[in-house]
Amino acid sequence: MRSHITRRAAVKSAALATTALIAAPYVRGAHAAGRLSIGFWDHWVPGANSASKTLVEEWAAKEKVDVTIDYIPSQGMKNLITIAAESQARSGHDVFAFPSWQPQGHAENLEPVNDIMDELIKQNGAVNETVTYLGKAGDTWLAVPATVGSQIKGPCSRIDLFKQHAGIDLQAMYPAGAPPKADGWTLATFLKAAEACHKAGFPFGIGLGTTADSVDSAGAFFHAHGAALVDAKGNITAKSDPVRQSLDFYKQLASFMPPDIPAWDDASNNKWLVSGRGAHIMNPPSAWAVAKRDAPQIAEQLWTHGFPVGPKGRYAPFLPYFWGIWNFSKNIPAAKSLLVHLSSRSSAEKMVAASGGYDLPSFASFTNFKTWAEEGPPKGTLYHYPNPHNHQVLSIAAAPAPPKIAYQIYTEGLQTKMIVRYMQGEPMEKTLAWAESELEGFMRT
Amino acid sequence: MVDAVISDVRELSAPRRKSGMRRMLQRKSTIAFFMALPLLLLISLLVLYPAFYAVHLATLNKSMQRFVGLSNFTFLFKRETFWMVVRQSCLFALSAVFFKALIGFIVAHFVHNIPAKGQRKWRGMLLIPWVIPPAMSTLAWLWLFDPSYSAFNWILALFGFGPVAWTGDAYWARFSVILINVWYGAPFFLIMYLAALKSVPEQLYEAAAIDGASWWQRIWYVTLPMMRNIIAITVLFSTIVTFANFDIVQVLTAGGPIDKTHVFATWAFRLGIQGGDIPLGASVSLFMFPILAFCAIFILRDIHRRGNEAS
Repeated sequence: MRSHITRRAAVKSAALATTALIAAPYVRGAHAAGRLSIGFWDHWVPGANSASKTLVEEWAAKEKVDVTIDYIPSQGMKNLITIAAESQARSGHDVFAFPSWQPQGHAENLEPVNDIMDELIKQNGAVNETVTYLGKAGDTWLAVPATVGSQIKGPCSRIDLFKQHAGIDLQAMYPAGAPPKADGWTLATFLKAAEACHKAGFPFGIGLGTTADSVDSAGAFFHAHGAALVDAKGNITAKSDPVRQSLDFYKQLASFMPPDIPAWDDASNNKWLVSGRGAHIMNPPSAWAVAKRDAPQIAEQLWTHGFPVGPKGRYAPFLPYFWGIWNFSKNIPAAKSLLVHLSSRSSAEKMVAASGGYDLPSFASFTNFKTWAEEGPPKGTLYHYPNPHNHQVLSIAAAPAPPKIAYQIYTEGLQTKMIVRYMQGEPMEKTLAWAESELEGFMRT
Repeated sequence: MVDAVISDVRELSAPRRKSGMRRMLQRKSTIAFFMALPLLLLISLLVLYPAFYAVHLATLNKSMQRFVGLSNFTFLFKRETFWMVVRQSCLFALSAVFFKALIGFIVAHFVHNIPAKGQRKWRGMLLIPWVIPPAMSTLAWLWLFDPSYSAFNWILALFGFGPVAWTGDAYWARFSVILINVWYGAPFFLIMYLAALKSVPEQLYEAAAIDGASWWQRIWYVTLPMMRNIIAITVLFSTIVTFANFDIVQVLTAGGPIDKTHVFATWAFRLGIQGGDIPLGASVSLFMFPILAFCAIFILRDIHRRGNEAS
């Protein structure tokens, strides 16, 4: 059976429907401001995700946005794979937590956030140069520095072993609640302490693999010598005296460390400290947190402090995470509103507390939360973790090379590979020539 | 042949008004095609599309905005690390396949000679390494080879040896990744060779024994010729899979120390995903494709020819 609708009847129905639609009252629904999909980094501190979840839900209820959150782990680089896939597909989450180098790698797919960053800096204080270096392309802010996941990979050492074998009182040098008294904490002192602890059977444990922890430590020591493989203008500067000095320093340091450090990954240093076999590692307080749970007698002896000063200054590796908005997001205004909410002082403080002091906001006025002052045992062990007295320059390995080149230097672990080659007996000039040829490859556009 | 005759008879007896389309739909080949269609679509979607997309990516510049033809490949050919990865991949794949085939062949003979009653248990146990996902079993190996807390080193220390830097020294690290691959892959060869051994007619061995053939002569003149096709196929299949291995190396050494255990897949991942240079990563992963395709064509052609000679 076929129904017959005349042209006149169809026009009449359409007119009635349109009138009804316009005349209907505007009802603001539960999710009137649309949807927002978020890809957060899955925190390895148990329970730390709950803070970001609560904060987002509070905001979503207030703004009437329907929010979904996925916590994506960095284990197995799942977050990097997701970023690469979403960037290729131009589809996926609206907001994503980008590890340090990723905003620069995906600059053309990110929504500029100058408007909110200018406001946040006015409100919360300046961000350090590393955040600017990684988060800004020219005059454009690519993403907002995130509290969750950002970290300083500073020294974490055994109070008892340093006192007993190296004659160094860490708590006096870095007193809780007061500025550091670390003028004598130099690279030479550091080497002497490494040698003394090695002789006592408790070597320092600083990896020389190609994972982030190893690369970050190497980068800070290179900076302390004023060594850069590529300068800010993109010129290769590998064959320079500061680079040679850095390699010599590391060769000496490596002789006081376990022979298998070229195979260490980001878990090895934690295990080294928690096992009680080592006197010192470079890491955020995750090792201390694990020790607090699994080996409390060791945790009580751990103190997080600053890097030793080198001929060109005192540098510590800072690895910020960023919250970025894909430019293919369907709800950019809501995404920006959320990032402002997450970047407030109260939000940052909640996230820091939930992570037991691990997470680190990038804004200058956010380094004095009570979590760092009160966490223990020993009480005050994390006081110097956020660099509250601007005692050290927060840097990232491979800077100041242009970010797209630095990114290659960093992910390839060029500095640690140079160190391993040299320490395993390759002549210095051969190592430098090899590095130079690798760097030429990284210049590819 | 019989099928064809029956279908012809059916066609003749069918009413003339039956349309050409209906006849076509009733053909066995058409039905087979439609039944295979979902699989063909799945393969096109999951294999062919990504493969062609990878080729497309390999022709783009680093920022993926410009077509650069084969420049990524010419760039790679000038890199020292690339040739090191080529050498390592060949060493890894060829030595692993050789030992997998050798161990599989020997163990298959042992298992073949076990009385049928107890054979099933042995077959099951020997297949265990192959059924565990390699990423998972490699985690267990990682614990055994751990830089600082190796269980192997603990045992060696009991006898006054070691410690060995299993994953810290380039040569030991290469040995370790090959060992795990052999451990994982040998059961596949074992089961294939065992099946092949069971299909060798017993009369051939009896005839060889009457002729006074030694153990070695029976292997050389009876077993190996009878297993030639299955050996060729398993070696080809395993070579392709081993060249493309990712999980074992990634979990155990992640290519280190100083890139000395990288294979194509892990280095492609390092460049493409970690390093953000997807076109270069795609180029690395595609490098072996023509070589393996060439080998596959020749080996399969040889098997086909032998099959025709036999029939």
